[in-house]
Amino acid sequence: MNNTETVKAGLKKRYAREKRFQFYGKAAVMSGFVFLIFLLFDITTKAIPAFSITEILLEVPMDRSSLGLSTDTSVSIDDEAIAAIDYAGLVKKSLRSQFPEATKRKDKKLLYRLMSGSAEYELRQLIIDDPGLIDGEPLSIWFKADDDVDTFYKLKRNTSRIKAQQVEFIASLKTESRIRTALNWDFFTNGDSREPEQAGIKGALLGSFWTLLVTLMVSLPVGIAAAIYLEEFAPQNRLTDFIEININNLAAVPSIVFGLLGLAVFINFFGMPRSVPLVGGLVLSLITLPTIIISSRAAIKSVPPSLREAALGLGASHMQMVFHHVLPQAMPGVLTGAIIGMAQALGETAPLLMIGMVAFIVDVPDGVLDSATVLPVQIFLWADSPESAFTALTAATILVLLAFLTVMNALAILLRNYFERQR
Amino acid sequence: MQVTSLFLMIVGLGLLAFFLSFQRSARYNGPTRLRSLPHHYASLTAVWTVFPALLLMIVWSIIEPSYLQQKIEASLTTEIADQSSDAIGLYLNRVHLAIASGTVDADPVVQSLVVAYEKAALQSRYLNTAMVLVLCLGGITLGLSKILFKVHARVGIERLLKAFLILCSGVAIVTTIGIVLSVLFESIRFFNAVSVFDFMFGTSWSPQTSIRSDQVGSSGSFGAVPLFLGTLLISLIAMVIAVPVGLMTAIYLSEYATGKFRTIAKPTLEVLAGIPTVVYGFFAALTIAPFIRNVGESIGLSVASESALAAGIVMGVMIIPFVSSLSDDVIRAVPQSMRDGSLALGATRSETIKKVIIPAALPGIVGSVLLAASRAIGETMIVVMAAGLAANLTVNPLEAVTTVTVQIVTLLTGDQEFDSPKTLAAFALGLMLFVTTLLLNVIALHVVRRYREQYE
Repeated sequence: MNNTETVKAGLKKRYAREKRFQFYGKAAVMSGFVFLIFLLFDITTKAIPAFSITEILLEVPMDRSSLGLSTDTSVSIDDEAIAAIDYAGLVKKSLRSQFPEATKRKDKKLLYRLMSGSAEYELRQLIIDDPGLIDGEPLSIWFKADDDVDTFYKLKRNTSRIKAQQVEFIASLKTESRIRTALNWDFFTNGDSREPEQAGIKGALLGSFWTLLVTLMVSLPVGIAAAIYLEEFAPQNRLTDFIEININNLAAVPSIVFGLLGLAVFINFFGMPRSVPLVGGLVLSLITLPTIIISSRAAIKSVPPSLREAALGLGASHMQMVFHHVLPQAMPGVLTGAIIGMAQALGETAPLLMIGMVAFIVDVPDGVLDSATVLPVQIFLWADSPESAFTALTAATILVLLAFLTVMNALAILLRNYFERQR
Repeated sequence: MQVTSLFLMIVGLGLLAFFLSFQRSARYNGPTRLRSLPHHYASLTAVWTVFPALLLMIVWSIIEPSYLQQKIEASLTTEIADQSSDAIGLYLNRVHLAIASGTVDADPVVQSLVVAYEKAALQSRYLNTAMVLVLCLGGITLGLSKILFKVHARVGIERLLKAFLILCSGVAIVTTIGIVLSVLFESIRFFNAVSVFDFMFGTSWSPQTSIRSDQVGSSGSFGAVPLFLGTLLISLIAMVIAVPVGLMTAIYLSEYATGKFRTIAKPTLEVLAGIPTVVYGFFAALTIAPFIRNVGESIGLSVASESALAAGIVMGVMIIPFVSSLSDDVIRAVPQSMRDGSLALGATRSETIKKVIIPAALPGIVGSVLLAASRAIGETMIVVMAAGLAANLTVNPLEAVTTVTVQIVTLLTGDQEFDSPKTLAAFALGLMLFVTTLLLNVIALHVVRRYREQYE
């Protein structure tokens, strides 16, 4: 057998091997895609229940005797009397009149448990806002149902938490069309809560906003300044090399180590308060700084030297050349890097756990010194909650977080494309 | 509140100084022309006005609390001052509480202390405001006097600016030093309580220390081997997923894929790296872990609900882009002539890749794998949510293990006193983590750089 024949004999096998290899490559790429799609699909399906909520229609009597007020109509009703009304009792009374058959103590208790604890506060707010409602017609109001009822009604899934008696109540409500599912606006307008039907992400959203604001205010100026120095002024010496090595290494240090730094330096050494966006923002700006410095340097480097030489030739000082000509040209690139850095900071969780942003906080933060939590930490907290309704809330929060990240990254891409077209 | 208004006043005076100085230098009519532009003079004046005052304000706000504390302690009557330091501390706490809440304490002693405190605070506030004003006005006067026109304002401003630039680029160094010092310092305190040997080679980890010394298990044991092993196990599972998939992805995208497919596929895969890790953690804990458990049980295996496998698989997917992106870069950097040579000798494309390109790109690929490994070791949220808390010394991927990062988070979240070995242990673990990832990164960067030099 000569050489040609040897080669020919092996050809079929070799081509098969070639095909197989190419198939492995395709499979690898596809497996990445499939995982991504599966992840998004899984989270979306888990999230859908969180966007709707079950409500129950109640007739609330508004006459004075039901409200427990003095029946003498000549007596005007002051704020104090309104505040003293037993709203919880009122809700219970309305429920009892809806279901007169529930007379046993046990049944009543189950009946009361249909409603969310927020019903009495809602009612109270309604009457405080408009005291004229008193003495008027009975009000028909849609109140939020308890989260177990919500899960049962929305998902048609019975957990052991809904008793047979309650199932009957709900069925009867349904035949009278006194139960419905509505859009869950409270998810966007409420702070955190122990009750899933009342919990919302507004607190976490604003917490993220304040934290990112601090991060941006610190890391953008410092990052740009450092990039300018390293690109335009720094002499070639050991110190400059050392700074560059440091920046590259910081980019790869696990974020949790930055959390330890924040805990040891900002909180224990400088005595800053725990759980506040200010400290969170400072820690995150240290994490994003390498990203911003590296991308800003690339942007500054890409400004053509002719521009610099023209500026210097016309008598500009080095500093004027940089700030009047180079920086404006590099700005879109710098901002692209800044947006990517902010997106990174928005998703960061571990370092914020270290500095105590995991506290349960109901109030919506008003500034950088209010205790707050952020979106990813809220996800972490809710994912840990035992109540099943929180799973949907967690997934919904993840969708909100991913939406923000998508918008930020899209902005960065648009900016980069625009920038490249300008050239 | 007081600090804010003082700050606003300083800023206002700074703006005024800028405006006045600008007017003055714009209308300058001396024997020779000015050496700098009006806004240079104006900026310099503003800096002179604002900087010293701001500095004073900051220093003042740092020393003020201890000054006030001293004032109150000095005004304590002897009968209280003679009591134990605990009792005094209690009084001081009540004073602070009364001031913070604005309520009146029933105790006349506390009341008098509150009065003394408020008097001292008022004095300090007046003094501070007066000194800041003097500094500001001094700055303005200096800036508006003739002295200013003798200096080269642009050079002065540019020098300040350059100092600021240098300062900012120093932040990277300061951060590194800060990390090293804070972690090292607390670790040394930890190693004073627990020996290094026990920590590095002990096989039992139960950091719970009890409050009373006579309780069972009061000492707590800090053998970190189970944590190291757990971290290694999960990272290994992640690498087993990420290295083949990432490498094959990189090969396909750089050698086979058309340009159009590449421009879509590469950013799409990089989305995997951009998804926050807490999302992966949720996915691992609520979807993958139950799935693995069900599959395992259906074939008769007992699987822990927080198995190392679930966390490892999801982490592996997360780091695919880290492997594929960098490997893609190095594979594309292999000179075309090497490909052409191999193909011309009759090799198929896969043979070229396996026999020529991969060996040539190997250092770069190793570098990317090392970087991905350091990611996996330092990754926190996935393991916090999907891996266990119990420190089992096992290499069975179906059992629950815990990792270094999980323990750092558990030791440091929630209320804790800062001096207990339990909290300090977190810093010792942090030191281990920092050193390991730093070493991996340094080696990886070194390998990649050496490789680049080879072909440039």
